Amino acid sequence: MSEYKRPITEQDYDKNFKQKKPLMRQSEAFIESSRCLFCFDAPCMHACPTHIDIPLFIKQIHTGNVTGSAETIYDMNWMGNACGKVCPTQVLCEGACVFNNENGKPIEIGRLQNFATNKAISSRTKLFSKGTPNGKSVAVIGAGPSGLACACELSTLGYDVVIFEAKERPSGLTAHGTAPYKITNEEALDEVAYLQEQLGFKIHYLTPVTSEEQLKDIESKYDAVFLGVGIGPTASLNIKGEDLPEVVGAVEFVNELRFAKHTMKLPGSVIVLGGGNTAMDAASESARMGVETVHLVYRRSKEDMGAYYFEYDLAISAGVQSIFNASPKEITGNGKVKGVKFVRTAIENGKLVEVAGSEFEISCDMVIKATGQAKMGSLFQKIPGLQLDSSKRIVVNMETYQTGNPKYFAGGDAVNGGTEVVNCAYEGKQAAKGIHKFLHA
Amino acid sequence: MADLSINFAGIKSPNPFWLASAPPTNSGYQIMKAFDAGWGGAVWKTLGVPVINVSSRYGGMNYRDTRISGFNNIELITDRPLADNLREIEEVKKYFPNHAVIASLMVESRKEWEQIIKDVENAGADGIELNFGCPHGMCERGMGSAVGQEPTVLKTIVEWVMAAANIPVITKLSPNITHIESPGLAAVEGGTNALSLINTIKSIIGIDLDTYAPYPVVDGKGSNGGYCGPAVKPIALNMLRQLGQHPQIAGTPISGIGGIETWRDVVEFILLGATSVQVCTAAMHYGFGIVREMDNGLRRFMDERGYKTIYDFAGLALPNVVEWKELNLKHKVVASINKDKCIGCQLCYIACDDTAHQAISISGDQTNRIPSIIEENCVGCNLCSLVCPVENCITMEKRDDGKQHLTWEELTNTDRIPVTFNDERAGGRGHYVPEVADALKHRKN
Ligand SMILES: Cc1cc2nc3c(=O)[nH]c(=O)nc-3n(C[C@H](O)[C@H](O)[C@H](O)COP(=O)(O)OP(=O)(O)OC[C@H]3O[C@@H](n4cnc5c(N)ncnc54)[C@H](O)[C@@H]3O)c2cc1C
Ligand SMILES: Cc1cc2nc3c(=O)[nH]c(=O)nc-3n(C[C@H](O)[C@H](O)[C@H](O)COP(=O)(O)O)c2cc1C
Ligand code: SF4
Ligand code: SF4
Ligand code: SF4
Repeated sequence: MSEYKRPITEQDYDKNFKQKKPLMRQSEAFIESSRCLFCFDAPCMHACPTHIDIPLFIKQIHTGNVTGSAETIYDMNWMGNACGKVCPTQVLCEGACVFNNENGKPIEIGRLQNFATNKAISSRTKLFSKGTPNGKSVAVIGAGPSGLACACELSTLGYDVVIFEAKERPSGLTAHGTAPYKITNEEALDEVAYLQEQLGFKIHYLTPVTSEEQLKDIESKYDAVFLGVGIGPTASLNIKGEDLPEVVGAVEFVNELRFAKHTMKLPGSVIVLGGGNTAMDAASESARMGVETVHLVYRRSKEDMGAYYFEYDLAISAGVQSIFNASPKEITGNGKVKGVKFVRTAIENGKLVEVAGSEFEISCDMVIKATGQAKMGSLFQKIPGLQLDSSKRIVVNMETYQTGNPKYFAGGDAVNGGTEVVNCAYEGKQAAKGIHKFLHA
Repeated sequence: MADLSINFAGIKSPNPFWLASAPPTNSGYQIMKAFDAGWGGAVWKTLGVPVINVSSRYGGMNYRDTRISGFNNIELITDRPLADNLREIEEVKKYFPNHAVIASLMVESRKEWEQIIKDVENAGADGIELNFGCPHGMCERGMGSAVGQEPTVLKTIVEWVMAAANIPVITKLSPNITHIESPGLAAVEGGTNALSLINTIKSIIGIDLDTYAPYPVVDGKGSNGGYCGPAVKPIALNMLRQLGQHPQIAGTPISGIGGIETWRDVVEFILLGATSVQVCTAAMHYGFGIVREMDNGLRRFMDERGYKTIYDFAGLALPNVVEWKELNLKHKVVASINKDKCIGCQLCYIACDDTAHQAISISGDQTNRIPSIIEENCVGCNLCSLVCPVENCITMEKRDDGKQHLTWEELTNTDRIPVTFNDERAGGRGHYVPEVADALKHRKN
């Protein structure tokens, strides 16, 4: 049973999706920052994919130099505020904090990070400036974390940067994909607005780049192109009944939820298919929307789940029921979802096999597929020379992020196949440096 | 953008952050690492006569979970051969021609002073610092604080040094003296180019409850040592302003030392007139990397206030440090509790009721633990706001209209000071105190 009541008003919704990492109060930040040891060659810093100088920014909070602290954070990570909120810190910086070594409570790095960046953003503190114009321009496709980081860095280097974004607003999956209890829409969008105000890059919304003509046009107008398009919609399961109207992809589900909020209509029972973090999110979110029965069903065992244990625990604590070693065979229903037929699985000789005669059905009104996303293959095919690996990820030079087509650079999920916001922010920034090197060689 | 570079009595440095003469500056290796980390200068660990150091040497003053809020040592000057140090000074200057390398010196006879000055000048040192401060060991041999405590001896030695030296000379003062102006003035009269202070304060950091000997215990015994680190900053700041306000000393560049760890400390020292700062304990606690916090913080402070160089704000706090008798007796503040921030610890209540002026009341009801201020009783002492664990929860609010100004000095000059306790003008007369017997109401049966 779900632990949550169905949200009727926006306040109900906000209560059900209460922020997991609320903003620290000043005293809290003061006391927490005083605990940091200022470790040498700090392990937290190594564990952060963007290598923020964590002991420094924490010390700066403690000494009241909160602006300097925000500067230290943004110096390495253009998505500093979003990352503090959505990073899986337990397995990144906080997981590496030396206090874990004596079973102590690690420093709350993510929340301290937000304390500093939030103050800079909300007071619109001037931290950045556009570089002296160098006469060159770069087109960025996609206003997600990777595209934005690339645009910010390029702007400081003096490039004229234009972003083409398919959606009506920026931030990519930060606002459209991550769970609402990690970051609010306002927080995600305000950071982008703050950066854009100071760095001046342009974003053309509702402008998907899909055709060869568009690409040709962009190539002729810009000196280089950065692809930060992320990954595509939820992939097909190829089972019967998948085309029933109440079968949705997890990414599409959260995309709608994040902006429809309490007005999103959900039925009484939902089955979420998958064992990754996206599945955990979709299950948690359904439960928080007051869906009475949420089943999370995964093909393999609990130990084999790709999801972080804490994301699984969060789903369970929201009232989600989990079933392992069950593979979906068919979604049943006549014009309307009725249930899902599963077959039990087991591992034989290291391979996942179906157990004969073990079929069973769970009834439900809706199915959320969190079983992986398709790649942006069709766009990539239109770019000559672009190389893709067997998983349809763009192949790049890992130092410069240049693709097989020298004019094109790429980063983020389109390259790494789907990681975290922080990795994408890092790659976007590195790619900007690669572009700079290329255009000034 | 702020320019942090300084010219300190002729010693040029890319920034005002110097390492003080101590273990962090024991060798060329350390100093080169420090310069790479962002320090602008280093005062070499004191060179002088041959010594032997003991093991162990340090003790820490821990306050709750804060390690080394104070630091104590019984170390002497360098125990490395002079020739090695000279060679390394030369080498460091080759790699870092624009950083400041200052040789700290401590010898006895005039001849020794003349020789060692020549040696360090030949090695390429940018300046000399005279160590008249070490409060242990060396003073037993007539050097260090033994000189620092005898202004006439100090002056003579400074005169010898000035006659011999061709590079700027900084005289480092010992705080182990009642009037810091005396050695300060002696050094200035002796012709010193600059001053630095403080060296360490004579101390016993604690007693080992197993051996009954002071820390650090050396084979069952200990000795008094020198105290430094964050805890000594207030003493250093006061001595700094005493020198800065002395008519004959003011104008002599002063390098501030004592408990500096953060950019705020640096700014405070500069506001009281220091134009370079030296750090030992913070570097010993956290390594040379600590300078990046100071550097960024100082730059940010300067950029925000529009200061181009540190000279734009050096000494700005000096005119505001006045004698007590010049303070406005009509200034009136009272405590105010922000009920939204209060977490109900009642530390303010018990501090005020037990040890101040009984100006805070509580409901006694566990469901409402937020105290209230009784304004009529509040003398504006600040105690509650200092014990309150929540930032900006208790603030001191101004209650006078700012129109009146009256000081003890004005009262004295116009013959208006109260002479009896019954005098209308006497302080404390109108202050509330509870009935004596009210104390018994707090008894628990
Ligand atoms: C359900 C879910 C939950 C997640 N939770 C977390 C989390 O808690 N913490 C975390 O750190 N990470 C999380 N992630 C991962 C993270 O959101 C992504 O790794 C990151 O946003 C990817 O950044 P990106 O810039 O590569 O792509 P995206 O964020 O996907 O942005 C790509 C942008 O490009 C636009 N675009 C695509 N194609 C075109 C085109 N042809 N023309 C123009 N524009 C185009 C898209 O509209 C989008 O705005 C989650 C991901 C998902 C799916
Ligand atoms: C272990 C140790 C050794 C020191 N040795 C010297 C020295 O050789 N010469 C000297 O002038 N001061 C010496 N000092 C004093 C420091 O230079 C400095 O004046 C003092 O520590 C105050 O600064 P701090 O609070 O930043 O530590 C020493 C201090 C310490 C802790
Ligand atoms: S960016 Fe993420 S991983 Fe890095 S320090 Fe901040 S919260 Fe931690
Ligand atoms: S590991 Fe923990 S204690 Fe050490 S610097 Fe990082 S946050 Fe601070
Ligand atoms: S000390 Fe501060 S937090 Fe504690 S009761 Fe008083 S006002 Fe409240």
